[in-house]
Formats: sequence, structure tokens, C-alpha cells
Amino acid sequence: MPAKNKTMMDSGKLITQLYDRATYLIDIKKSQDWGNIGEILNTLHQVRQSIFDLEEQVVFEQLEQIDMQLSELEGRLARSITPADIVNIVRSPQRFTLMDILENVYDSFTELGGNGDCNVDPAVVAARATVSRRVKDKLYTHQIMVIGHEKGRGEEFRNGGCAKPWGNEKALRYMHVAETEGIPIHFYIFTPGSYPIEDYPGAAQQIARNLYAMAKLRTPMISFISEGGSGGAEAIGLADMRLMASHGYYSVISPEGAAAIEGKIREGHKVPKELIEHCAAQLKITARDNLELGTIDRVVQEPPLGAKREDYAFFRRLRYEMIRATDEVVLQAKSFRAMRTYALKMNDSGSVEEFPVGVHWEMDRAEIRRLLDLRSEKYRRMGQGFGIEEKKGLLAGLSKAKELAEAGYYELRYGLIRPHEKNVKKVIAEVSSEGSTFLRKVTEPVRAMYEFVLPKTEDFRNGPREGMERRSIFIEEWEPYVSPLANEDRTITCPNAEKSGCQDLWIPDLYGEFCGVCPTCGHHFPLEYQWYLENLFDKKTLKEFNTHIVSQNPLRFQGFDARLEKDIKKTGRRSSIITFDASVNGIKLVAVMLFSDFRNGTVGSAEGEKFVRACDKARITRRPFLAYIHTTGGIRINEGTLGVIQMPKCTMAVREYIDSGGLYIVVYDNNSYAGPVASFLGCSPYQFAIRSSRIGFAGPRVIRETTGQDVPPDYHSAQNALKRGHIQGIWDRREFRKRLYEALITMGGPNLYYK
Amino acid sequence: MNIDLNALLETYRNNPFEDYVLQSVHTGIINFKVQEDQEVHGPEGKWHQKPGTLLYTLERENNIKKIYSPCSGTIIDLRRDLNGSFTEAGVDLMSIRHRLDKDEVIDRILKDVLILFTAPQRARYLLSPEFAVKIEKQSQPFIHAGDEPIIMSLMKRDTNLVYSNTPGVIYKVYFQQGALVEEGAPLLGVCQEENLSYIQQVVNKIKTEWE
Repeated sequence: MPAKNKTMMDSGKLITQLYDRATYLIDIKKSQDWGNIGEILNTLHQVRQSIFDLEEQVVFEQLEQIDMQLSELEGRLARSITPADIVNIVRSPQRFTLMDILENVYDSFTELGGNGDCNVDPAVVAARATVSRRVKDKLYTHQIMVIGHEKGRGEEFRNGGCAKPWGNEKALRYMHVAETEGIPIHFYIFTPGSYPIEDYPGAAQQIARNLYAMAKLRTPMISFISEGGSGGAEAIGLADMRLMASHGYYSVISPEGAAAIEGKIREGHKVPKELIEHCAAQLKITARDNLELGTIDRVVQEPPLGAKREDYAFFRRLRYEMIRATDEVVLQAKSFRAMRTYALKMNDSGSVEEFPVGVHWEMDRAEIRRLLDLRSEKYRRMGQGFGIEEKKGLLAGLSKAKELAEAGYYELRYGLIRPHEKNVKKVIAEVSSEGSTFLRKVTEPVRAMYEFVLPKTEDFRNGPREGMERRSIFIEEWEPYVSPLANEDRTITCPNAEKSGCQDLWIPDLYGEFCGVCPTCGHHFPLEYQWYLENLFDKKTLKEFNTHIVSQNPLRFQGFDARLEKDIKKTGRRSSIITFDASVNGIKLVAVMLFSDFRNGTVGSAEGEKFVRACDKARITRRPFLAYIHTTGGIRINEGTLGVIQMPKCTMAVREYIDSGGLYIVVYDNNSYAGPVASFLGCSPYQFAIRSSRIGFAGPRVIRETTGQDVPPDYHSAQNALKRGHIQGIWDRREFRKRLYEALITMGGPNLYYK
Repeated sequence: MNIDLNALLETYRNNPFEDYVLQSVHTGIINFKVQEDQEVHGPEGKWHQKPGTLLYTLERENNIKKIYSPCSGTIIDLRRDLNGSFTEAGVDLMSIRHRLDKDEVIDRILKDVLILFTAPQRARYLLSPEFAVKIEKQSQPFIHAGDEPIIMSLMKRDTNLVYSNTPGVIYKVYFQQGALVEEGAPLLGVCQEENLSYIQQVVNKIKTEWE
């Protein structure tokens, strides 16, 4: 700053500014030892103490000296900024928040559903806003729905931007308002994660509902990520275009959380700083990393050390980027030519103040259909190419040909013949109901001829299926599978023994005849996933597919290759999901199974891809789709955001399957937590749990560490999940097959082999 | 009623302990995990979800069962001679000398001096609406013989229980509304009106003086 201006400047204001800059550096480095920042702060403190004792010239000279020292440190930090520094920048109280954006990016705004602490959830802000652009002499004003997280300016009630389930529900409500009004939505993600409580509507279940709705929300959506904390970010993150702040982070887990898991740090113990920095680097959380991984579309450039509240130039840039992104999303859906012309003009412009063209954001039905198709393509493409061992040569050709033939056959059978068959039957039924003898004489030959050409198919509603009349659905005639757990000569104590008076159980009895269920209290001991494969489905009907998709280490996470190798050797499988065709009492279905032995059933790119392909297969073959979750520990943290984007990706596939008339049933067993429950599992209208299982968003330790409150031991139990309305019923393992069959019949009904 | 509360209190002062005798829960080979005079703690956490100190293991049919301390205190009378040997069920293994805290002392004294209205059988119990309102408003309402302060809910039938003892004030309600109460467990503690201030004084004295 020139010296002549400095003398005019209020020295007090200058000191405050220097203090802010110094504390910002301390915030980023989390230490006063870095550089000589501690000394600078001391000097600044001394100048402030003695400001009235020194001459004005001396004060300014000293302040100029400090200013130079700070500039040098800032430059040094900007040149060597690390992912851990970026996490600290995002968490700095000086960083811009959503309210700053609302005030500086938009022309005007009205907050909806509450204001300040008088709010259903102050961590989530929804607002109707207007934004305008000048094209030559003409002013275009656009209506926008803004939804985002507000971290607050030191306001405790904002919970640091951690949305509670009802906050996400509010977000969904206003998404639907925007859809009704046909206005675009701008999402601003400033969350370290969702507030992990299970109270209705439930953290995981509400995120799943949001994702399910956003997958086909009939309006353009743009999201901007500053702090993208896993599932909390995804609750408002499934957008047509995803922008990210250059100094923001988007991650599957906080670096501290990852460090605690990686370092196996016990609860209450301090996580070493070096381990946190190491994990931050390994997780690939920065904007550049995410752009390379394809989990975001564009980066919005910030000043070298990140934007603060008064960076008005940045707000102008953000305004420009958000309008441009909305334009592009709308134009891509409108026509390719319009999009190309727009891109050319924008490239020529180079200014962030003016737009060379005005774009109307209203869309007709055909354009919205195209918008939804593009959104579907976008998310289905995400994370592809990680973990697929493509078949080569003749094998690949044969596989492709088989897929095409299969698709053609099912399209012909269910897409063309079945509707025709239904219509003919309907006409015959209507005509026959007239009761006229004359008409019956006419219709009978037609019906006979029709049934000769197209033989009568089975109707589950009118009686048992062919070949099942003499057979009970409970008793099978094959040799029963016995769990290897039963090969131990000892007894075991039921965990409810003290409460329910259960006798000790002899293990061969427990894991053999009793199917792992305590005969006194009904407690279900965990069983291996093979037990279900053998006992749940009809014998010899299991046909696994997509085994060539394998889990890998796409981020080259240190030490993860060895762990993967170990699990492959242990299980003989190459991912934590098994996808297969099977049948239950003759009803053919497509099933997926996440199992515990491989990386604790976590979901990464390979698992997501296998899930999507299985879901598509169920859609093409018009079969019910079962997701049996033996165990899932959530999204695989070692795959970073490539794991997180499996949430919207798989939910998109599920939504399209359900929309096309499919029956999607989810059954949870043992432990099911986090991302998968908060997306493609939690969005199912029919979710059940096997007794003694636990379902939730975050485990007790995470809840304690984030909310500071302890939870009862049965907090995540299936009974409590049922009470909260997260699941629709609890099944006994011994009756799983029967219950599943009943569910397929009752919920599938006439649409079991749909359309 | 003639109550010598000071004498009662003095008894607890002289011996502020209660010994819990622990017996083997079933047959098996015992391995002690504690020593004589060792301090142990009981279950912890808001829901008692964290088990107490591991006292011993009992092995039967290759099933090693861990037995934890039910309360805090000091281990006494440890049958070290049984360590590593087969033991029958119900054999005294050790005692835990538990030091009573002030709430436990108050509770014990009150149970000694109050007229207890106990649960006639294992059922769910509710305060009658009339008494629920009285307790809410007056805290310690008066009760006469013939009053119906409690409803017993069992097998979908609600039965009013009649109070037939000496009249007095309801000093303490021992159960939670709608909770399952075992047979014989106290439901209400009734205090004769003339003793009320005296009992209150003693309770306050324990609260302030007991360490």
C-alpha cells in the first residue's frame, strides 16, 4: 500500500486487518510456530499496546514492516499449500459463508422456512433469490431457489453447518417448490457432515430420500462445494453441474476421522497431527484432485489463500460461474447448437462482469426430459473405469452379443407382447362381462385362438405356481447347508442370558438346527453370507454375474493394496458385493449381496458399478431386485470421493428401476451403516431387517465425538429403526425365505414381472 | 410412631458398608482375575452399558464366561483356594464390601421408617389420575385409608389398588409411570404427618454431612 495512503488510513483499522491476516495464518497452520508468525503477532500486540506512546510515523513504519513480513509468509504458504492446510482454510471463521453469498452474489433474497435461530434447522438455509445479468443495455433477472448449509458466524445454533434430518427434509421441501415453479436451484455445500442422529426422519433415510428425489427433479440444479463432508454434502449435492471452490475440500470422511481409523486410535486419545496430514493427502480431497477424478465439473478460482468474507471480487466471480453453469445446463438440454454458440461467445468475452448473451432458464417438457437423461448419463459415468477388468477379444464380443440378445428378448416379451396381451385380455373380459350368450359365442373362439397362440402365463394371485401344489414352501428336499461355525465342540452364552434367562447353547446345535438363533430369546447370532446363499434361494438357481469387476486402489492409498490382496486371498472374491440371478420358490429375481468378509462390506467404485449393472439387469429383464445387506460399513474411505459418488450413482439406477415399474426390496442384516443406507438402500420403499441387526447413519463413537452425546446401546437396533419408521418390518432368519416370498407376492403382485 | 432416626443413622455411620456375597453362577472351572482387597467398580455409563471390573472367568464346556463386578467396592473373603478348580453352582466365591453413598443411606433409612405400599404382583403400575395431579401440584399429598392411589395394569385389565394403612403423606414414589414392577417391590412410601418434618431434617442432615 502506498505510504501516502497509509497516513490517511486509521491505524487502528490497519492493526485489526493485520491481526486478522496473522490469525488466519495461524488458523491454517494450527500453530504459532510456523514461520515467525508468533513473533509477528507479539510485535503487533506491542504496537497496539504502545500506539499512543509512539509517533504516528513510527507506528506506520512498524506496521509496514509487519505487513511485509505477513505478505512474505502468505506468499510462502500459497506456494506450498497442503491438503491439510486447505481443510483448515475451509474451517476458518474468516471464510465466507452462505449468508455472505446470499448478500453478495444475489440481487435480493428472502429466507424461507425460518430465519436465524428461529428455524426448523438453522444449519440449512433455503431462500428465494433473484440474480440479474446485463447483456449490452438489457437487464435479465432470474428467479432462483438457493439451498445450502450455513456454518454461521460463530453462532452455536448453526451446528457448524451439520444438517439435522429435518433440515435435509426442509431442503427437499423447497426443492419440490422450485420444481413446481420451474426455477433452477443453486445448492451451496458448506458442511463437515450430516448431524448423525436417528430421530425421524433419520439422518441416513432423509439423505436417501433427497438423493432419490434429486435424481429426477424436473428442474436444473447447480451445486457449489466449499466444504463437502461425505453424505451430508450429497444430501444437496446431486446436481446437473457441480462446481467447487479452489480452496474447498470434498471428502468421504474428515481427515481426522480417517486418521483415527487408519491409525486405530482409541476413543478419547489424540490423533497425531502428522497422521491427519498424511490422511488428508491420501484422501484426494482438494478441488484439483476431484476434478481429475471426475467427481466435480469445474473449479471456481479463489484468491491464493482462499476467499474471505470481504473478497468481493471472488463473489463477482462466483456469481458469474453460477449463472454460466446454469446457462450451460439449460442450453445442453435445449440444443447442442445453442450450447456451442454460447460456449464460443463466452470464450470470446473473458469478463466476469458482463455476459455476451442472455439465456432464458424456462424449459419445456421435452427439454426437461433431456435434462434428466443428461443427469442420468452424468452420474452413471462417474467412477467408471476404476475396477473393471474388461473382457477381451472374443469373450467381450460374446458377452456384448448376449447382453443385446437378452435386452431384445425381454423388450419383445415384456415391452411389446405383454402390453398387447394385457389389452386383448382386458377387451375380452369387458366384452364377456356383458353376459350375453351371443357375445360369448363370438368371444370364445377368439379367446381359444388367442390362448393357443399365446399360452396362458402363471398368475400368482390365483393360486400356487405350477409344480408347487404338492410342495410346501417351508420344507425343501435338498440336503441342508450347515454353517462351518457349527464345527466346534463348545457352548456359547447368549448376550441376553442375564435378562432373558437363556441357557448356554451348544454350538453345533446353535449353528446347525437353530440357524444361529437363540431358542429362548430369539437373539440372532451372526452367520456367514454363504448360509444365506444356500438357504434363501432355490437350489442351483444362483448364477453370479459381473465377476470381472474387481475392487482396486484407484487413489493409490498407501498400504491399501496389501489389505485388498489379503481380503481377496481370505474370501476368494474380488469385491465386497456379489451380484447374481436367483429364484425364490420359482420367482426369478436379480439380487445383490454386500458381505462383511471383504473390507467389511464397504462400497467403492467396483461395488457401485456392480450394483448399477445388477439394477439395470433387473430393469431389462423385468425382475424384482433384492438387496440383501449381510453387512456394510459404509463407503470405502480408501477410495475418497470416488466412493462418495457411488451414493448418487447407485440411487440414480435405483430410481430409474423403480420408475420403470420395478420392485426393489432391501433386507438388512448384522450391521448396516453410513453411505449405502443414506442412498441406494435407504431410498427403497420396502426395507426390512433381520432380527438383532443394527441400522444407522453413524456408529456410537462418531455420534459421541460429533454431538458430544452418548447414545443408548440399542440406539441402532432394528426394533428402534422400526419404531422410527426407517424400516417396514423385522424378519426372523429362519423365516427369511418365506417372508421374502410373501413380500414378492404381496408387494409385487400383478407387477411382479411388470409391464 | 416412635422413630429413633439418629440411632439408625448412627448404625450406618459405624458401618457404612454393605457386603455383597458373590456366588458362582453355574458349575465350571474358576479363574480369578482380582486379588484380595482390590478396588473394583460396577457397571458404568448412563445406561450401565460399560461392564464393571472383570472378577473371574467360569469355564464350562469350553465356554469361558466372564463375570463382572455388579457394584463398586473392595474384594474381601476371596476364595483363592478355588482358583483353577472345578466349582459347583452357588458356592460363595468372594464378597464385595460396598461403601454406601448418601443416596443409598437415605434410601435404606426411608425404607426402614416409611410405611411401604408394595406391589401385590408383577405388573405395570400407574398413579391414579387424582393422585398424579395431587403429586404434581402438592409434591407430598395426604393419603387416607380407603384411597385408591395406584392402578395396577395387568393382562389389559386395570385394577385400582386401595390403600388401607395408617394415614399420612406420600413421601416418595418408587416406580415410574407405566413401568414393570416386580412383586413385593415398594410403590409408595408413606410418612405419618407428625414425623414428616423430623424425617426431612434427618434426610437433609445426611445430604449435607455424609461423605
